[in-house]
Formats: sequence, C-alpha cells, structure tokens
Amino acid sequence: MKKKRLLSILTISAMVCFMAFAGIAFSAETLILASTTSTDNTGLFGLIHPDFTKKTGIRVYVIAVGTGKALEIARNGDADVVMVHARKLEDKFIADGYGVNRRDVMYNDFVIVGPKDDPAGIKGMKSPTEAFKKIAESNVVFVSRGDNSGTNVKELTIWGLSGVNPKGQKWYMETGRGMADTLIMMNDIEKAYTLCDRATYNSFTADGKIDFPVMVEGDPILFNPYGVIAVNPKTYPHVNYDGAMKYIKWITSKEVQKMIGNFKDSNGNDLFVPDAK
Amino acid sequence: MDYILNGLKHAIVLIFSFDREVFEIVGLSLYCSSIATLLSSVCGVPSGYIIGTKSFRGKGALVTLFNTLMALPTVVVGLFCYSFLSHRGPLGFIHLLFTPWAIIIGEVILAYPIVTSISISVTQGIDPKIRETSLTLGASPFQSVRSVLFEGRIGYLAAVVAGFGRVVAEVGAAMMLGGNIKGLTRTIPTAIALETSKGEFAFGLALGIILLSLSFAVNIFLYRLRGRGGK
Repeated sequence: MKKKRLLSILTISAMVCFMAFAGIAFSAETLILASTTSTDNTGLFGLIHPDFTKKTGIRVYVIAVGTGKALEIARNGDADVVMVHARKLEDKFIADGYGVNRRDVMYNDFVIVGPKDDPAGIKGMKSPTEAFKKIAESNVVFVSRGDNSGTNVKELTIWGLSGVNPKGQKWYMETGRGMADTLIMMNDIEKAYTLCDRATYNSFTADGKIDFPVMVEGDPILFNPYGVIAVNPKTYPHVNYDGAMKYIKWITSKEVQKMIGNFKDSNGNDLFVPDAK
Repeated sequence: MDYILNGLKHAIVLIFSFDREVFEIVGLSLYCSSIATLLSSVCGVPSGYIIGTKSFRGKGALVTLFNTLMALPTVVVGLFCYSFLSHRGPLGFIHLLFTPWAIIIGEVILAYPIVTSISISVTQGIDPKIRETSLTLGASPFQSVRSVLFEGRIGYLAAVVAGFGRVVAEVGAAMMLGGNIKGLTRTIPTAIALETSKGEFAFGLALGIILLSLSFAVNIFLYRLRGRGGK
C-alpha cells in the first residue's frame, strides 16, 4: 500500500513538472542569441533583456560562448541572431551567406594587462605590437585564450603585425577558455601578461577578483567594436527572423543605447560605449 | 580554504532564500536527470535481463561493448548528439537543440550502457533455479520473468541509481546540447562550471553542496521504495 502511494505521488509530481516545463517552453515566443562571454559575464544582457521582453513579449535565450563558437552555432542555423566582436569573422560570416543586416551596437577597447612589477618593461608603451615583441623577448608568460574568440582574433592579429609567431613557444600559454576564466587563472600564475577587453577587465577589477594594472592602452588597433547580425532566413528558413530584426531595431534604439551607456561597474567605470549609427 | 566555509555558508543562504534562479537550475537538473534515468532504466533493465539470460553468438562481444560504453566521455556524447540535432544535421527539423529534451537525449545515451551493464551482471548472478522453479510451479513466462526481476531488485535498483548518479553530475553533454541558457537549460553542473569560470568559487561550491544533497535525497527515496525486504 505504502509503495503504491509513493509511486502515485511520483507519477503525479512528474506530470506536474512536465507540464510546468512544457508551459515554460511553449508559452512565449523565443529568440536565440549567440553572443560572447565578454558581454554576458559583465551582466549587460541581464540588465537590458527584460526591457526587450516587456516591449515585444519575446524571451531572449542567450548562448554565451567565444565569438568563433557563437558564429559556428549560427552557421549551423542553431541561433536566430548573433552579437560578437571580431569584424573579420563577422564579414566572412555575412559573405558566406549566413548573416544579414549587420549593425554596430557598441564598442570599448582592449588592454594589455600584466603583473605589477612588469618584468617585460612594457608599461606605458604606445604600440601594442612593440609591447608584444618585448614580451616575447623577455620570456615572460603570455596567456592566450586560444579559443577563436574576438579577443583571441585581435591578439593573433597583433602577433602577426609584430612579426613574432608565439605558437609553440614555451612562454605562450593557450587556455582555450573564456575571458573571465582566463583572468582568474592568471591569479595563480606567477607572472603573466594577457590581452583583455575593457568591460571584463573593469568589472572584474571592481569586484576585486583580479588586481593587474593596465600596461598598454589607447592605440587604434585596440579598438573593440561589437556588431549584431541576424541569421539569414534564406539560408535557414526556420529561424525567427522577425524576432531577430525586432531585436536589432531595439538594441540600436536611442533608449537602449542610453541604457548601455549608463551601464557601469561598481567603481563607476564605463563598460561599453553605445555606437549604433 | 575559506572557499569551503564560504561555500557552506552560501549554500545555506541560497537554499533558504528561495532564490528563483537557483530553483530553476535545481528544478531543471531534477527534471532532466529523472526523466533520463527513467527512460534509460525502462530500456536498460530489460536489456540487461535479456542479454543476461539468453545465449547467442557475439554475447561476449556485446557485454564488452556495453562495459566500454560506460566510460563514454560526456562531451563526446554531447558532440555526437549535437551533430544530429543541429539544424544542419538530419534531425534538425525537430528543433530540439538548446532545449531540455536535447539534454535528456544525451543523458539517456550516457545512462543506458551503465544500467544495462550492471543489470546484465545482476541477472547473471541470480540463481537460475528461481526461474526454473517458478515455471515448474505453473507460472507463465511473464510471471517467471517477474519473479527473477523481483529476486534481483536490489541489484537492479543499484543499476538505476548508478545511471542517475552518472547523469545528474555530468557537464559535457548538458553544456553542448543545452547551451547553458539561463532560465532554460542551465543544470546544476553547468551552472557550477559557469560560476567557477567567473571566479565565483563560493557560489559554485554552494551549488555543488545542493547537488549532493539532492542526490542524497533521491537515493533515500529510491531505497525507501524497495522496501525493507533486503537479503
């Protein structure tokens, strides 16, 4: 008797759970956004997406991975819209017929960060390529994300311009992980340099998770623009193109651009500069 | 070291604050793992019984195959299923990717070999006289199978529990097939992976403690089900 009652409780709760989840899944229209760890980890999406849902009734589901992976997911038709920060990869994505209607959303910049005592002596240098050369010569560890992310693509571009090939060198450490992860790892490596986007750097420093000074900043090559692209409905007819276009229109609207501009870390620093044209 | 103490403190705060996000994560983990365990057990225990009792050519190879599949890397299963469920893949039209059911499919593939493998061993360990005696006493084939299953119920339950343990704690498949989407496909292990990658170690540990408590509770429930009739 007791067993039978337990079993019926189990069945009923299973049915309730199932219905609850079915309800959640099918009640609202959804939009799948493939984006980067640098936008998600700062909490930007958590801040602005409720506004989109309020205005359109569409729930945005964010898949936060490196730029390369986000674009790959979109190339497979598994996302409706992407927001990433690697212009070269974005242009190829569109040229290959997977994306349409790219708009600028916001920008910040990259910074080279490293240990307080600066063993490679690059603090204050103006040229990132020269700084990279000096890091290579000094044999101090350089941590790369090595994951085809926007940050990784920028980092490899700078290496290319510096004339140094870091791959396979003993001091070149590829983590294959997100920006947050990589920065946290650097806490445990004695002395290391890395390239980081300003938003993650600011918010993590403000939260006391890391404590590395900025070594090099300001050069135009460190400019970091973010773009939003809808997945091409001609290539993948099943995507929520309508929702994607609504999202693009919304995120480039004056109101949301202002929200992005007002988003600061706990030290009051700007994280992203709105840039929709 | 203070991570652990902070983690414990954080866990208690999380549980009693009825934080909505934590409830979503825990609920989803339970939902996916329970259904996956149920499905893989419904298939796995009978598979184990059939393979354990029948003799056929290639039986040894099949048993070895199941034993090998017990050690399937979770991320490999994730990748494999992703290639099928992706919109570029053959089953893309079902639109299962990045939903809880994609996670469940991956977890069934992970749990099924474990439940089957252990069930095979359990079946082979049961005294064959049980089946012979019941048939002699006039039982139908169905009733004799039931007697054998009842006889080995403790072992079969262990198979189910092992399957559950495997899927409730895995990250690879859930991450690839679910996408770790907040509010939709974030399970406890994928949430832990995310929080620790952001440096939120105490939160990660807190979630881990909740996961262990959950597993503990489920196991107590399952063992209550089997009743006090133990050997």
